[in-house]
Amino acid sequence: MNDAAKTTIGTITVAEPVFSCRNVDVYYGDKHAIKNVNIDIGRKQVLAMIGPSGCGKSTFLRCLNRMNDTIVGARVEGSITLDGQDIHDKRQDVVQLRARVGMVFQKPNPFPKSIYENVAYGPRIHGLAANRGELDEIVNQSLRRAGLWEEVKDRLNQPGTSLSGGQQQRLCIARTIAVNPEVILMDEPCSALDPIATARIEDLIDELRESYAICIVTHSMQQAARVSQRTAYFHLGDLVEVGDTNLIFTNPRAKLTEDYITGRFG
Amino acid sequence: MSSTNRTAAETQALVTKSLARRYRAERRFRFYGLTAVLAGLVFVVFLFGTIFAQGLSVFQQSYVKVEIFYDPAIIDPAGTRNPDDLVTADYQALVRESLKARFPEVEGRRDLRELYGIVSSAASIELQQRITSDPAAIGTRETRWVLADDTVDMLIKGRVARNAPEDERRLSDQQVGWIAALERDGTLALRFNRAFFSNGDSRDPEQAGVRGALIGSLLTLFITLLLSFPIGVGAAVYLEEFAPRNRLTDIIEVNINNLAAVPSIVFGLLGLAMFIGFFGLPRSAPLVGGFVLTLLTLPTIIIASRAALKAVPPSIREAALGMGASRLQMVAHHVLPLAVPGMLTGAIIGMARALGESAPLLMIGMVAFIVEVPQGVFDPATALPVQVFLWSDLPERGFIERTSGAIIVLLLFLLVMNATAVLLRNKFEKRW
Repeated sequence: MNDAAKTTIGTITVAEPVFSCRNVDVYYGDKHAIKNVNIDIGRKQVLAMIGPSGCGKSTFLRCLNRMNDTIVGARVEGSITLDGQDIHDKRQDVVQLRARVGMVFQKPNPFPKSIYENVAYGPRIHGLAANRGELDEIVNQSLRRAGLWEEVKDRLNQPGTSLSGGQQQRLCIARTIAVNPEVILMDEPCSALDPIATARIEDLIDELRESYAICIVTHSMQQAARVSQRTAYFHLGDLVEVGDTNLIFTNPRAKLTEDYITGRFG
Repeated sequence: MSSTNRTAAETQALVTKSLARRYRAERRFRFYGLTAVLAGLVFVVFLFGTIFAQGLSVFQQSYVKVEIFYDPAIIDPAGTRNPDDLVTADYQALVRESLKARFPEVEGRRDLRELYGIVSSAASIELQQRITSDPAAIGTRETRWVLADDTVDMLIKGRVARNAPEDERRLSDQQVGWIAALERDGTLALRFNRAFFSNGDSRDPEQAGVRGALIGSLLTLFITLLLSFPIGVGAAVYLEEFAPRNRLTDIIEVNINNLAAVPSIVFGLLGLAMFIGFFGLPRSAPLVGGFVLTLLTLPTIIIASRAALKAVPPSIREAALGMGASRLQMVAHHVLPLAVPGMLTGAIIGMARALGESAPLLMIGMVAFIVEVPQGVFDPATALPVQVFLWSDLPERGFIERTSGAIIVLLLFLLVMNATAVLLRNKFEKRW
């Protein structure tokens, strides 16, 4: 370890954790990107991760479904458990993990296929539908829950890429919930969208919270305040402070957090 | 220092001054570019101009209309209709009789031989085939167009001047007179050159055709495509998507890039030593030609396919992996479909190069003089570029136009092949 990790201020535990992360370190080659992070992620609530660019919040998010595995030279240490089971365990299949932990990316990235095929892809590869009727039902439901059904019901066979940016992002969310994951990870899902599309996604996150644990990385503090119940502030690879969103934004305990959310630093 | 103290007007003046220089540089660059393009265009026009000027005439050939009487006394004097006798009968005599009937005034052996020289020896072969396939025709009369000799053809096409001194052409004045007479009554004329497309190679220019070489090229390229595309794409996918990055894969990568630069004749030597020498495959066979050209095109296809795979946006891979697709599913469902157009481009380049290669085929014996049109990949064959090479070497005038004609056929083949690949690519192309 090239420099000592700071201790996190605030409550890192929750009553009913989905994810439980202890002493997580991430290295990209020699770079120590995440330093000794401890945090729980609770069921049916939204955890917002904020912090300046390069602070490691996206890196940490990508640990949770092992997307960092795909990066050459990336190394994750410490324990991350999903429902009590270590996700780095040999018995944990990474494909199965990603079916349980869905992800929505910063830039909408629908497959260059039809809207229907985009949503049907996950259920199809995981064998969730026994026949075409069930598959239709899953696609229908997922699009409804993502609030996209009314807009696309007449053009399910058109390419997903023909939609607007906001619609594409909701399509990606529909695609993610079609496999019925336990957790949805969102990496700055609104950064490429206009305010109206952003508002729709935020409403959607609020609805989805009733069924899923959601973990969202955002650069917008207003967004974090609007959609999340808990907030975690990252700084240079350290998890500086974590706690109830209300408390963090009204009464931050760490100096760094206060500087960031009041705009004196960032 | 001084630059920070300039007024806005001074700065503007400086910008204006540099602006003129920048525009001058741009104009100069445009001029260079245009000159280069025009120079290239001139050469292309010149190349195609000469090839077509020399070669277009090959699609027409001089034919003589002859009245043939299938005289039983000549074909089958015994009257047994024995197939063996029918094959060996003197069909040349039928043609001779016909010509004699047309020019009854010609007498004397020398003059008659000159007269008979107007018609190609291919005529008797044609009559032989006609009779052996239908013996019932014996005793009947028929008007046929038969191939004229290549010297006659050259005269008709104006490649040899009619008024040149007699000792400077291969036809005598007497023959030229007969030719003029035949032309006058329409029994000697240029017609579509069937023989060029239906015959294999021949020592007689009027009988030499590209069919053998064309089929040889087709079979060779079929083998090449069948092997090099799947192997090349497979290797590229493995190296790009699955192989670990280490010293071994680095070495493999460097070597593939080096192989792309190896002179093609070396691949021919390799093929000779390996496929013919070691495995004992037949010489001159399209199968071996296909193997050798596969070695030659593999590096091209692998490099192009890897570039196509690299060009697939990472967001698509992340989306697939994030959905819980396995690595193979990610590649097969999302990456490959997007990379196929690029891979096809690589295949086009590789196959185009393979089609035009002659050096490696020389090494494995596809340069032999082969009259028969190959029936399969084990038959001896030659290929179009090799045929061009062979004909360009022959002294007869008729082979000059045949050389250019074969080049035209080669170019058309290339055009059809590339058009097919481009159509395929457009069909698979997806925009995102």
